[in-house]
Amino acid sequence: MIEMQEVSKTYPNGVNALSGINIHIEQGEFVYVVGTSGAGKSTFIKMMYREVRPSEGTISVNGINLSKLRLNKVPLLRRNIGVVFQDFKLLQNLSVYENVAFAMEVIEEQPAVIKRRVMETLELVGLKHKARMLPTELSGGEQQRVSIARSIVNAPKVVIADEPTGNLDPETSWEIMNIFEEINLRGTTIVMATHNKEIVNTIKHRVIAIEGGKIVRDEAKGEYGYES
Amino acid sequence: MTFASVSAVTVTLLLVGVFFVIMMNLNKMATTIEEDVEIRVHIDVAANEKDKDLLEEQISELGGIKSITYSSKEKELDNLIDSLGDKGDSFKLFEQDNPLNDVFIVKTKNPTDTIKAAEKIKKMNYVSSAKYGQGKVEKLFKVIKISRNVGMVLIVGLLFTAMFLISNTIKITIMARRREIEIMRLVGATNAFIRWPFFLEGLWLGILGSIVPIAAVSSAYYYLFDFIQAKLKDQEHFIQLIDFNPFVYQLSAVLLIMGAAIGIWGSLMSVRKFLKV
Ligand SMILES: Nc1ncnc2c1ncn2[C@@H]1O[C@H](COP(=O)(O)OP(=O)(O)OP(=O)(O)O)[C@@H](O)[C@H]1O
Ligand SMILES: [Mg+2]
Repeated sequence: MIEMQEVSKTYPNGVNALSGINIHIEQGEFVYVVGTSGAGKSTFIKMMYREVRPSEGTISVNGINLSKLRLNKVPLLRRNIGVVFQDFKLLQNLSVYENVAFAMEVIEEQPAVIKRRVMETLELVGLKHKARMLPTELSGGEQQRVSIARSIVNAPKVVIADEPTGNLDPETSWEIMNIFEEINLRGTTIVMATHNKEIVNTIKHRVIAIEGGKIVRDEAKGEYGYES
Repeated sequence: MTFASVSAVTVTLLLVGVFFVIMMNLNKMATTIEEDVEIRVHIDVAANEKDKDLLEEQISELGGIKSITYSSKEKELDNLIDSLGDKGDSFKLFEQDNPLNDVFIVKTKNPTDTIKAAEKIKKMNYVSSAKYGQGKVEKLFKVIKISRNVGMVLIVGLLFTAMFLISNTIKITIMARRREIEIMRLVGATNAFIRWPFFLEGLWLGILGSIVPIAAVSSAYYYLFDFIQAKLKDQEHFIQLIDFNPFVYQLSAVLLIMGAAIGIWGSLMSVRKFLKV
C-alpha cells in the first residue's frame, strides 16, 4: 500500500536528506522508523502524505502515484491518511469533541454522521467523558489521544505518526502504544517514527532503520538497535 | 488586529468618499460649463435670406457640429432686455431701430472643438464675427482636464494603498491562524474550504469598515449641500451641485462594494501563501 522506488530528497538549501530509498509496506503492517536525530525519518514520513515531494524516484500510497497527483487531488489523498505529531497540533480554542469533529467537518461529512463517529472514536481512545473539555485542561497523554482520535475519525487506511510519544512520560507512552495497537488490529496500517527503544524492543514489529538518509536495516520483528 | 484592518478600510474609504464627491461635482460642473460653450456667429446685416441659408449649410458641413440655432435680431434684443430686468426697459427704445445682428448659435459635438470651428467660421462670407469667450474657454478646458486626471490618479493610488494595508494587517491575523490552516490541510480540506472563512472575514471587515465613511460622507453632503449651494449662487455662472438623492445612495453603494472588495481581496491575498503545496 506504500511503495517507494529509488527515492531521494535534496532540500532547496542543498541538504541531502534521503537517497536511494526503496520500500514496500503492506496494508495492515505496523512499521517503526528508527534512526539518530537528523537521519531523515521525518522527511521519509512527510513524503508519504505529500508534505514533502521527492527530488527523484516514485512514491505510491493507496495505489495513488504521488508524483502524478494533481495539486487539487492532494486533499483526497490526505483523507485516507491519518497523521499524528509529537506536538499534538490541537486547536486550543476548540473542545476535545470539536477538535475531532473538525477533521470530519473539513470533508463536509453530514452532522449526524459526525456526531456518531466522533463519540465512537473518543470512546476508543478513552476520552468520551472529557469531550467538552479544552486541550489546555488535559494532560499531554490525553491531548495525544485526542490527536489520534482526530487522525482516525475518518477511518483512514493508514496512520502516520512522527514521534507520537516524544513528549510523553514512559507510562503514558505505553497507553498511547496500546491505542495504536488497537487501531492496527482493526486493519489500519501504522508507520511510526520513534526514538523509544523500550517500546520498539517490547512490542515487536517491522523496523526500518535510516542513517544518513539511507535505509541501513529493514527487519520483520526487529530491534531498536541503538543506545537511547 | 481586526480593529486595525477595519480602520484601514475606514480611513481609505473616507478619503475615497470625499474625493469621489469632489470629483463627481467637479465633473458635473465641468460638463455644465462645457455644454454652455457656444459660438455666437454674428451675421452681416447685408446678408439676405438666401445668403443666410448658404452660411448655415457651410457651417453644418464643417463636421462635428451638434446644433445650429438661428436667432433673429428681434429675439436677441428681447433676450437682452429680459436679462437686464428693470434696467432693460430703457432698451425698449431700440425696438424701432434694432442695432443688433441676427446670429447663429453653434454648438460643437465635442466642446473642445469650439475654438477650431470658430476660427473657420470667421473666414466665411457674411460673418461679421464669431465669438466664444476666447481665452477663458481655453483655460477652463485645461483646468477641467487636469482636475479630472489628478482625481483619478489619487483615487486609484488610494485604493492600492488600502489593499496593501489590509493585506498586511490580515497577514498578521493569519499568522495566528497558521495552525488552523495547517491542520485543515493535513486532514484533507480543499483550498476552497479553507479560503471560505477568510473570504467571509474579509467581506465582514470591508462592510464594517465602510459604515463610518458612508455615514460621514452622506451626512456631510447633506449638511454642506445647502451651504455650498448658497455660496455658488453668487457666482457669475450659477452652478448646481449634484442632488443628494439619488447621488448619495449611489455613492454609499459604491463605497460598500469597494469596502467589501478590498476586504475580500486583502484577506484572500494573505491566505494565499499558506495554500501553496
Ligand atoms: N524543510 C527543510 N529544509 C531544509 N532542510 C531540512 C528541512 N527539513 C529537514 N531538513 C534537513 O534534512 C535532514 C533530515 O531531517 P529530518 O527532519 O528528516 O530528520 P529526523 O530523522 O526526523 O530527525 P529527528 O529525529 O531529530 O526528528 C536534516 O539534516 C535536516 O536539517
Ligand atoms: Mg523528525
